[in-house]
Amino acid sequence: MIISGAEIVIRCLQEEKVEHVFGYPGGTVLHIYDALFKQDEVKHILVRHEQAAVHAADAYSRSSNRVGVAMVTSGPGVTNAITGVATANADSVPLVLLCGQVGTAAIGSDAFQECDTVGITRPCVKHNFLVKDVKDLASTLKKAFHIATTGRPGVVVVDLPKDITAEKCEFVYPAAVAMRSYNPVVKGHLGQIKKAVQLLLEAKRPILYIGGGVVLSDSAEKLTDLARRLNFPVTHTLMALGGFPATDRQSVGMPGMHGTYEANLAMHNADVILAVGARFDDRVIGNVEHFYNEPRKIIHVDIDPSSISKRVKADIPIVGNVPDVLDEMLKLLEDGFATSPQLADWWRQIEAWRAKKGLQYHQGERIMPQFVVEKLYEVTRGDAFITSDVGQHQMFASQFYKFDKPRRWINSGGLGTMGVGLPYAMGTSFANPGATVACVTGEGSIQMCIQELSTCKQFELPIKIINLNNGMLGMVRQWQEMFYSKRYSQSYVTSLPDFVKLAEAYGHVGMKIEKPEDVEPALKRAFTEYKDRLVFMDFIIDPTANVFPMVATGKGLTEMILAEDL
Amino acid sequence: MRHIISILLENEAGALSHVAGLFSARGYNIESLTVAPTEDASLSRMTIVTSGSDEVLEQITKQLNKLVDVVKVVDLSESAHVERELMLIKVRAIGKDREEMKRMSDIFRGRILDVTESTFVIELTGTSAKLDSFINALDTGLILETVRTGVSGIGRSDRILKV
Repeated sequence: MIISGAEIVIRCLQEEKVEHVFGYPGGTVLHIYDALFKQDEVKHILVRHEQAAVHAADAYSRSSNRVGVAMVTSGPGVTNAITGVATANADSVPLVLLCGQVGTAAIGSDAFQECDTVGITRPCVKHNFLVKDVKDLASTLKKAFHIATTGRPGVVVVDLPKDITAEKCEFVYPAAVAMRSYNPVVKGHLGQIKKAVQLLLEAKRPILYIGGGVVLSDSAEKLTDLARRLNFPVTHTLMALGGFPATDRQSVGMPGMHGTYEANLAMHNADVILAVGARFDDRVIGNVEHFYNEPRKIIHVDIDPSSISKRVKADIPIVGNVPDVLDEMLKLLEDGFATSPQLADWWRQIEAWRAKKGLQYHQGERIMPQFVVEKLYEVTRGDAFITSDVGQHQMFASQFYKFDKPRRWINSGGLGTMGVGLPYAMGTSFANPGATVACVTGEGSIQMCIQELSTCKQFELPIKIINLNNGMLGMVRQWQEMFYSKRYSQSYVTSLPDFVKLAEAYGHVGMKIEKPEDVEPALKRAFTEYKDRLVFMDFIIDPTANVFPMVATGKGLTEMILAEDL
Repeated sequence: MRHIISILLENEAGALSHVAGLFSARGYNIESLTVAPTEDASLSRMTIVTSGSDEVLEQITKQLNKLVDVVKVVDLSESAHVERELMLIKVRAIGKDREEMKRMSDIFRGRILDVTESTFVIELTGTSAKLDSFINALDTGLILETVRTGVSGIGRSDRILKV
């Protein structure tokens, strides 16, 4: 069958079972949009800004483990999309971005809406392609989906010159991909796994430290199984919330800069750390030298060899796909590899640390942000998809919403991108129709992609926006209060819009909540009476609330500042 | 420590920029970089001379392997290898310097490729250190221009980098 390049693009999306594409049309993608118009298998979600298209596709993937697909035009379409690309790639999210490009003859001539897409995207993608011949189009798209979803997942950008989408050729979608230069390891080295299991069983003060890789590889169940058999405490990073049930006794919460007292002390004092799909990043272990003060053995399981021994040297590195390695470990344990470990003393110590209740706060006359998240947790019975932006509200949400299931917590961990919350809620809603989706945000972040309220109206997305409004760029203010002698340089947001009216202007429901006693009734109304509507809930919170515990930059995990210290 | 990394990569547009971009993005040193297609035109072979601690070199190797266009990576300096670099150097050759230049070139086993009334172009092949010594041995005022290819390297005996 001889069809145009544009039709080939759409056929490839159909072959990949892509149901939703988030995008924004423009000159160089018009052929593709025309081909899109003539079919209805692939649905297009028109956003209001290209950045939101990529964020929505990103969350679509995070909340469902399907690949996210976005499409933008050349030049400014691409540059607007870059923040979304870097955000998704930093968190290893499988995503394919299709970009229009000026015709092949015009490339390099500074043509209208031309930019060097492969050059600009190169440092923030897993891989990128420029298609120069329509005959390569189908195989390139096949490779793009293959690369995005295998190994350590990531973003693949495909640059499509306009003339390529007009030219015609025979369409054959390859059944498989063979690339001599790309063969990610799957199975872990069995000898290493045996050594690891032996070490786990000898441990006196072990901890299971899990990262985003557990969620991305859909290994939460296996991980939970392993944790229960070993009776180890489990600490889950910001990217792994839900990778192990937060309400489980064995969960000690999040480690790191705003982690729990018990998680940080357990990490620091452990004699064996089993790290799974995590990368010991600066926000998790703080000062590396300080971390090294305590001798311990580290077993590090990751699909990406470069994540192992990057910041912290691993004693037993295991390169492999997390579920495959967990399977092997479980099998060894089943085969009665050795007796189960005696951890009573260690657990007593952990319970003593836990009793310190490092996450306490005082709900006084003004609404505390933690209180709103706790009520949100109760009203949604812990079963909502929660997206967040970046800042204090993100930390409060991660500390106080107890995620028992994976893929329920959607946030930008690696790049830390403000503005993702609303488009993330959109992508999550499309991937999970009928699900409860709430976006916990702040008045700073929400304004970075506020225009998407219009997209939400067009598609009648019943998102609940929990705006923790303190009139401050809260996290910036917290650092300025603590480390810059309260010189609040540019962290106070004046001239805020009336969010209730703004929501109403877009055709949504707006609520302003100023008293603690109104928090729960308002949430209940939003999730019942306005179940099918987008509700913008503007919570006027105590502007002095800070996130604790806190490990300041450059400090070690045991050098936490607790709320009670101040 | 100085290391010589050999890379086989797909001979495709953009492959070079992926490698070069990796080095600049992660702050790794590049002392020299040389690349050309192999006997199999679909593959290029690149030699990069870099330096860093063992940990940095481990990361460089891992990060290179992660690039989708990269087929194989070897640190040649881990075992026996030969390395060569080519230099073309244009020198002033007038009066008594003419004979001196010829003599120096002979000592370093150079070849004079181009001769004019006032200049020679000398070709010199060897390790980078040998090329450096040749430059140091000349009166700097007589050096008009130099161009060096950067190091190419290959493992000794049956150590083979091939797909």
